Amino acid sequence: MNEKRMLDDQHFEQMIEEESICTTDNKVYEAPLDALYDTAMHYCPGCGHGVVHRILAEVIEEMGIIKDIIGVAPVGCSVLAYNYLNIDMSEAAHGRASAAATGIKRVLPEKYVFSYQGDGDLAAIGTGETIHTCNRGENILILFINNGIYGMTGGQMAPTTLPGMKSTTSPFGRDVETMGAPLKITDLVAQLPGTAYVTRQSVHKPGNVRKTKKAIQKALEYQKNGDGGTCFVEVVSNCPSNWKMTPVQSNKWMEENMLPFYPLGDLKKPNGKEK
Amino acid sequence: MSELKLMKGNEALAEAAIRVGADAYFGYPITPQSEVLEYLSREAHARTGMVVLQAESEVASINMVYGAAGTGKKVFTSSSSPGMSLMQEGISYIACAELPCLLVNVNRGGPGLGTIQPGQGDYFQSVKGGGHGDYKMIVLAPSTVQEMADFVKLGFELAYKYRNPILILTDGALGQMMEKVELFSQQDRTFEDLGWNIIGRSNGRDSNVITSLHLKADKMEEINIRLQKKYNEMRKNEVRYETVNCDDADYIIVAYGLVARICQKSAQLARDKGLKVGVIRPITLFPYPEEVINNYADKVKGMFVVEMNAGQMLEDVKLSVNGKVPVEFHGRMGGVVPQPEEILEKLEEKLLGGSK
Ligand SMILES: Cc1ncc(C[n+]2csc(CCOP(=O)(O)OP(=O)(O)O)c2C)c(N)n1
Ligand code: SF4
Ligand SMILES: [Mg+2]
Repeated sequence: MNEKRMLDDQHFEQMIEEESICTTDNKVYEAPLDALYDTAMHYCPGCGHGVVHRILAEVIEEMGIIKDIIGVAPVGCSVLAYNYLNIDMSEAAHGRASAAATGIKRVLPEKYVFSYQGDGDLAAIGTGETIHTCNRGENILILFINNGIYGMTGGQMAPTTLPGMKSTTSPFGRDVETMGAPLKITDLVAQLPGTAYVTRQSVHKPGNVRKTKKAIQKALEYQKNGDGGTCFVEVVSNCPSNWKMTPVQSNKWMEENMLPFYPLGDLKKPNGKEK
Repeated sequence: MSELKLMKGNEALAEAAIRVGADAYFGYPITPQSEVLEYLSREAHARTGMVVLQAESEVASINMVYGAAGTGKKVFTSSSSPGMSLMQEGISYIACAELPCLLVNVNRGGPGLGTIQPGQGDYFQSVKGGGHGDYKMIVLAPSTVQEMADFVKLGFELAYKYRNPILILTDGALGQMMEKVELFSQQDRTFEDLGWNIIGRSNGRDSNVITSLHLKADKMEEINIRLQKKYNEMRKNEVRYETVNCDDADYIIVAYGLVARICQKSAQLARDKGLKVGVIRPITLFPYPEEVINNYADKVKGMFVVEMNAGQMLEDVKLSVNGKVPVEFHGRMGGVVPQPEEILEKLEEKLLGGSK
């Protein structure tokens, strides 16, 4: 969903109308959440962002921490996350979500704090803040949605774009000779003593959705215990619109191309625990 | 209980922040303001529990301030010119999200990496915007170490009164010089639910959100109109200035900060010679004391603006005088501080010129 389309009222209305396609008898589930506003999201059909919002809200609700959690939204497609998550939130400047989250956590250490960031936000413009937040071991959760592209601005190359992958600014495919290799920032932060729990998950299949939900829950539990440092959860995700694929194609492409490069699993667990 | 001490300007400012009960400071070292971070690192946490964090850059510090200010806590940062340039995007976000906080610029000579000597070259950046979009901050310009301390208290009061960032614009000389300062007594750190702050969604309300994003143009204009209304309130209520020997003056020097003190000496030298010179010292650079300058323009033969830059506040004096009398300027740049005799000489040369 790029900025122009967000502005497009007609598109919004159309999306809301599409809602009526699910009727009470064909709904897969109905579980209104206090932590999630009952509203249509602006995300493109099949986009991982919406799924991650949903499971994040579920975890918050199940842990009973709505009044104890504060989130930071990035600049990226999920800039409006606060319109969906019914919890106190701050929007942050592009790349600076982890710095804003640091500021919040430092003055309200008893609250749960998380930042929600895309790959351009976290691994390009915000690389410095990401590394140093993790290096200081800020006791927060960084939720990192890696879709290998700049979604919001219309499909430009991201630091995570795969070698050979086409984008509007790598129209002939990413040439690692001149554009650099994709940055595996999750591997990088796993090396830092400040991180407690570093994991890479996905939401392209029900089983993976459950694993990601579990990872988010674990991260928030570690934060509560306050021992260990920053928890970093990467979700390898898709961008059907800018990858120019259907949702199904995009998940298949992700599995075949993204996952071999960004393998799923835990990169680091808190000291001595969970072995 | 108040207390009398001999202190550096930067340290007096830091001490005042501890005493006013500030909750957090986020900053990055840069000369000539590093004493603020150093002093706080030594003193603050043990005395009041204040959070003091050395960030990885000024970009990080201002965004930490942004995050923390959203909780309603009393937070501040300080830097010097190049560091302030890095903060401008964040300041614009803070102004639009209407977050109370205190910023301090210990101005050094520029442009570029420039010099660590004092300067006033950041006037435009501080007063006319600096970051993107139509926003304003109240800008307080101390001229003594005493005011370096006092304006911390005033700054926080104004920040909460208007839900706006407040800037103390000082310079390397005031930051480094030692003077006697009377310190106010220690205040408690307090914290409350202000209604808008993000402290966790509670009391059955829906979520609070801190943001500066309003994608629809008409909504964004609405926000702008509200901001401008607030800035007009500041213009109405917060103009501060000092006048010295202006009532019988034939000529008035307009200068702020350190330079205003030097100009008082020049005015004295002038009076010793029988030349009636007064000084207007704007204390708030926004809102600007336009009215007082405009009124004095009816009574004098000319105004003389002195700054440690190429003539920035000069534009505001000209706008205030509105062509009523000649306005002349003397400036030193790149960290050079003008001397009292030199200022008087230039005043005589430029304002009295042939007529004398
Ligand atoms: C300082 C600044 N530079 C650039 C932009 C434009 N911009 C907005 S979002 C974005 C990239 C977002 O990509 P990503 O973080 O991967 O999030 P996604 O949309 O893919 O979820 C850019 C470059 C901006 N808003 N601010
Ligand atoms: S599919 Fe891509 S463009 Fe659409 S909302 Fe998701 S990340 Fe943004
Ligand atoms: Mg992305």
